[in-house]
Amino acid sequence: MPQEFRLILKNVDQAGYTSDMECYLRHGGYEALKKVLALAPKDLPDGKKMSPQEQVREDVKASGLRGRGGAGFSCGLKWSLVDRRSGKPIYLICNADESEPGTFKDRQIMHKDPHQLIEGMILSCWANDVKLAYLYIRGEMPEGARILNRALKEARAKGFLGKNILGSGYDLEIHVHRGAGAYICGEETGLIESLEGKRPYPRIKPPYFPAVLGLYQCPTIVNNVETLCHVKHIVNMGSAEYAKLGTPNNTGTRIVSLSGDVKRPGYFEIEVGKVTLGELINHDNFGQGLRDGRKLKAVIPGGSSAKVLKAGEVFKLNRKGADGQMAKVDVPLLDLPYDFDSLQQAGTMSGSSAVIVMDDSRDIVDCLANVSEFYAHESCGQCTPCREGSLWMSKALHRMTHGEGRKADADYLVKIASNIQGRTICAFGEACAWPVLSFVSKFRDEFEAKGAADEARTKVAGQSPEIKAAASTHR
Amino acid sequence: MTFTVPTPLEAEIDELITHYPQKRSASLMLLHALQEHFGWISKEAMEWTAAKLGLQPINVYELVTFYPMFRQEPLGKTHIKVCRTLSCALAGSADVRKHFCDKLGLDAHAHVPQTTPDGKFTVEFVECLASCGTAPVVLVNETLHEKVGTAQAAEIIAQGR
Repeated sequence: MPQEFRLILKNVDQAGYTSDMECYLRHGGYEALKKVLALAPKDLPDGKKMSPQEQVREDVKASGLRGRGGAGFSCGLKWSLVDRRSGKPIYLICNADESEPGTFKDRQIMHKDPHQLIEGMILSCWANDVKLAYLYIRGEMPEGARILNRALKEARAKGFLGKNILGSGYDLEIHVHRGAGAYICGEETGLIESLEGKRPYPRIKPPYFPAVLGLYQCPTIVNNVETLCHVKHIVNMGSAEYAKLGTPNNTGTRIVSLSGDVKRPGYFEIEVGKVTLGELINHDNFGQGLRDGRKLKAVIPGGSSAKVLKAGEVFKLNRKGADGQMAKVDVPLLDLPYDFDSLQQAGTMSGSSAVIVMDDSRDIVDCLANVSEFYAHESCGQCTPCREGSLWMSKALHRMTHGEGRKADADYLVKIASNIQGRTICAFGEACAWPVLSFVSKFRDEFEAKGAADEARTKVAGQSPEIKAAASTHR
Repeated sequence: MTFTVPTPLEAEIDELITHYPQKRSASLMLLHALQEHFGWISKEAMEWTAAKLGLQPINVYELVTFYPMFRQEPLGKTHIKVCRTLSCALAGSADVRKHFCDKLGLDAHAHVPQTTPDGKFTVEFVECLASCGTAPVVLVNETLHEKVGTAQAAEIIAQGR
């Protein structure tokens, strides 16, 4: 039976579990930190020694941990790219700018179990010789910032943070830094600019790979909240045990944020790839299905930037057959295992693991108009295709949802989106183009029917004054 | 008008600046602290911040105009931010916003934040507040309200009166 597997959220929501230090310590808190500080250098077969820090970095690599923020990049590999020879300080930033529409998992960790995140951060900083780290939390979470500041103060008082941590000679300071409502700060180089006190304009790569030229032009690691929490569990369990969770190349657990048209929306931690998209939506242990009398229409599987999937779609996935050979196998939408690779093969992504469900009562043009308005509002304005294109798409969709669609709008939207993706400094270009490209290609009939009906009607009645006004003033 | 920052606030700000190896990094935190105290960010507040951090006023002005949370005019004492984005929209956030606007005599179609003439309320449509599982959500000043219906909306208004 598909069920939750709570590793990160083990204590969260349990009766009597609180966010303070004493409670965390009663539940085995900061034991992973004590464990690594007691590690001795390891002798290697070639006579060299491997430092305790290096051992933890190798462990994280061996665990197969992939970033939980959106891109799913190997955490161990990210750490291994850090320039350790430059002589410059290395910084670590926890990306807690949770703003991808549909996502609300990091909020649970920060509000309900802040010390788990802080311990994960201290471990990651220690393993990477970081002396100064920042926790960049989005501005709309003032309560979260207060909770984290209190937890940091408690950690300093206990000697887990600050000068000479637990007598080990290791110094580390972590500060909370608040954003101020800009989605683009979730993009790591935009976040770094923001932390430098500037507008969060993403930097161009190359040369500005954070691992080499990050915060203050120094090597910098940027990891998501959930990713950093996993580091604690890898240290506790050992990489081999950890890698047994989940599926090959998709190890560990993941917190899925489920919202939209299901009976029981919420956050569910699963072993990656052990639960299907259909089970997340329909099973009693998860979403408990759609509202009575409703049928599935579409699913956004990884936050609003991910390409939409249509009910009834069947995908060709690479699977190992009984003979051990890889072969293409037909997998229907609801049978897609919820993991990084399967969703990628289905032409979309697990992104920030936010599943948004839409039922057959929904107007698909309305849904896309909503998503596109978000991106039009959040484009930072640095690259012309994105700054202009995101607005053009949003304006066209606004027109379509206000009775002034045209049959040619479907092609118009695709044309604009195609001219944004791949032509911008950061991945925001794709993030605003992909929803449009996927919605229009998969529901083209609905876009064209709406446009044609509006055209037929306005030919008789003429354009309404409201739409003329809206078209001139709409952002 | 002279702009003065009370001593305890300035002490708090001086402490914040020590968090960063480069002073400019403290910009956002300073603006948050000033906005929390004064309710908004005036031209004088921006000039004060720039001087404090050794920057030109434009360096601060460009932040205030970019980041949506900073505001250049005083807003209502009760600031109601209704989430507009998809999951909340599916759960009826447009109706929630309209309800607030109707009850407070504001224009439910305007795209900008709107404040009641008595200065008690501001209603604003904002982007995803990251609590999509309990949609529709409303952030009132610093408190998040979940699964907001008309009854809860009435309570929020009653508390702000």
